[in-house]
Amino acid sequence: MKFVDEFRDPALAQRLAESISASVTRPWRLMEICGGQTHALLRHGLDRLLPAGIELLHGPGCPVCVTPAEVLDQAFAIALTPGTVLCTFGDMLRVPGNGQLDLFAIRARGADVRPVYSPLDAVALARALPDRQVVFLAVGFETTAPATALAVREAREAGLANFSLLVAHVRVPPAIDALLSAPDNRVQGFLAAGHVCSVMGWREYEDLAARHRVPIVVTGFEPLDLLDGIRRCVAQLEAGAATVENQYARAVTRDGNAAAQALLAEVFEVVDCPWRGLGVIAGGGLGLRAAWRDFDAASRYAAAVAPAATAADEPCRSGEVLRGVLKPPQCAAFGTRCTPEHPLGPTMVSGEGACAAYFRYRSPVDHADAMPAAAR
Amino acid sequence: MQCPLPLADYPRVTLAHGGGGRLGRRLVSELFAPAFGNALIDSRHDGAVLDALAAPLAFTTDGHVVRPLFFPGGDIGKLAVLGTVNDLAMCGARPRHLSLSFVIEEGLAMETLWRIACSIGVAARENDLRIAAGDTKVVEQGRGDGLYIGTAGIGEVMAAATIGPRAVQAGDAILVSGDLGRHGIAVLTRREGFALDVEVDSDCAPLWGPVAALLEAGIEVHCLRDLTRGGLAAALVEIAEDGGVELEIDETAIPVSPPVRAACEVLGLDPLLVANEGRFVAFVPRHDAARACAVLRAHPLAAGATVVGQVSARAPRGRAWLRGLFGQARALAMPSGEQLPRIC
Amino acid sequence: MCLGVPGRIDALDDTAGAACARRGRVDFGGVQRTVSLALVPEAVPGDYVIVHAGIAIARLDEARALETLALLRELPSSGASGQPRA
Repeated sequence: MKFVDEFRDPALAQRLAESISASVTRPWRLMEICGGQTHALLRHGLDRLLPAGIELLHGPGCPVCVTPAEVLDQAFAIALTPGTVLCTFGDMLRVPGNGQLDLFAIRARGADVRPVYSPLDAVALARALPDRQVVFLAVGFETTAPATALAVREAREAGLANFSLLVAHVRVPPAIDALLSAPDNRVQGFLAAGHVCSVMGWREYEDLAARHRVPIVVTGFEPLDLLDGIRRCVAQLEAGAATVENQYARAVTRDGNAAAQALLAEVFEVVDCPWRGLGVIAGGGLGLRAAWRDFDAASRYAAAVAPAATAADEPCRSGEVLRGVLKPPQCAAFGTRCTPEHPLGPTMVSGEGACAAYFRYRSPVDHADAMPAAAR
Repeated sequence: MQCPLPLADYPRVTLAHGGGGRLGRRLVSELFAPAFGNALIDSRHDGAVLDALAAPLAFTTDGHVVRPLFFPGGDIGKLAVLGTVNDLAMCGARPRHLSLSFVIEEGLAMETLWRIACSIGVAARENDLRIAAGDTKVVEQGRGDGLYIGTAGIGEVMAAATIGPRAVQAGDAILVSGDLGRHGIAVLTRREGFALDVEVDSDCAPLWGPVAALLEAGIEVHCLRDLTRGGLAAALVEIAEDGGVELEIDETAIPVSPPVRAACEVLGLDPLLVANEGRFVAFVPRHDAARACAVLRAHPLAAGATVVGQVSARAPRGRAWLRGLFGQARALAMPSGEQLPRIC
Repeated sequence: MCLGVPGRIDALDDTAGAACARRGRVDFGGVQRTVSLALVPEAVPGDYVIVHAGIAIARLDEARALETLALLRELPSSGASGQPRA
């Protein structure tokens, strides 16, 4: 595949790894923001190509992991309402709410829950099923919010009265700010999420880099992108620099996608919102503007009540994982009481969260990550 | 051939067709029997009496719940027959007899049932399989996805030695019979919500032919497993655990066709976990690997056969490892549940 | 977040009306899908775009891609002093 295979070249990966090794003079801790980046790093074992001094912390860049449990509970209530179809990305189906229910369990109780690839497919479904109410669970970062915005605009133009959105979109820069401002922050350099920046550009990150004195490298998702992003971040750290750099130049410009930003501004406004495991982040979310609130499922279904569910026996420590202060194998429940089959929290949900990625791609015996880097 | 049951009278299956009464008998004699043709052992009793077989028997059972009922390359009927043929083939057994249990959702179009029954008849005849017994139940609308089919199959074991995970030995070569992921992608991309235009048909196929070829060539086959749900990863993890062996496969050696690969990229799926219906993995002694490949490639249903890895050692808690593109090994894990496209 | 995949625009959809409904057929190397092109108004058939959740979010700049790869090829290929971990 073009623009894919070239960025998976093993020979160039080896050169990158050697270049990083050659440049390191002291330990550094980097964080990659995006769940897709975490997934790629662990799947290809890229972290193991790095010299021992580089520690990768996995960030809260996974909307599946940070969507508040209350939103899941609302989704359950909506899905169980007769005559309703709940459409969602496949990633959300196994995420537990406040108890141990997830959308799969809700479907087993008779709810019509349908995974879709795009919110536009949910709109198409609403057209095809005029007698049903179709609700789309709109999660994701600034990368995905434009798709939601296009969908709701299309619904308005088609005059659909049976389509609505349960909105839980989140914004990355406020989360980075909160993370870097926390007293126990360990992150020294960031790999920013390439596709978020395709939409938003990197202007918002310049102030973050300057205020917190932290290099931020906008990074893609293929193996060479990730290694290149790490190389550039380490080079800045070694040089004492703290600027925003663009590794993903083929898909990102400083100003981003103007059409997408205009659409976001038309449909959404910035709001404070809770991130699961991290607490409320000021300006951390997107909500529907007043002119679009007739499509708000939370209002349309205000009377719906979530099913009672027993809480898990022990609290999940996903918040600490998301902030990079806890590695999944360091959690006592990891792999024993908490597995992808019965996750205690969102970071263990299959494939997306850091805990699930560790579980799938690292077996119990190679949890050298459980030891601090210096002790290895 | 037109459905012999007068569709004008009964365009849809009703609860009465499963009640064991007159309508049920008509369904058997006027729909199933003509559809199955001479594959059907003509026995109208509660059970069929079969001639004794010369060799040890292999026996298997399976349930088929695929959605949608029709997909490029097959349908639930064909899948039910071939799934059973393949389970028996994986024991080194030539498939001989099949039983079918239909659970039909009230309201299923009779024309649909006829098409599926014909498909079963064709698949049974093509694989020299006799349909020895059957049963039909009808459930209320809303219970049943249209149709579920349960099967049981009997085959005669043609392999000289027991084929199974415990026969796997250190040094064995691991082969797959062809490229991966076709069935899962063919089915998923036809489900509403994930529509992709992809020139991929299900690889739904009977595997006794290629297996028989291996046995006839005198290849010492240690283990066979057909790749179904959970893909190659699930099969390897199971064999590693059940057989007590450490095995390793090379990511660069795994065959995946370009359209399947592209579909997996778009939907965020791992080809190692995607379902197949006409592929198997074989464990043979290392010295026989080249010959086994040649024998398989000469068979039209295994033309893409290739070596993908080897067994490194026997070990009490065996695991399956994947050596990746960049030289790093990671342990394969059993996939949890259905593979669904992701956005993250 | 952000599974975004590069694909080549094969053709624009004739049935599209207003700009916000602009769609096209995108080929991902053997697999095609109709994708919203509303947010990449400058993209035309033959261009590559990044597609996420059914919409094109950016046009891929081939020149920049080649530059990035060229920079990587300039990295020294051996003689590194650091030890990669096993």
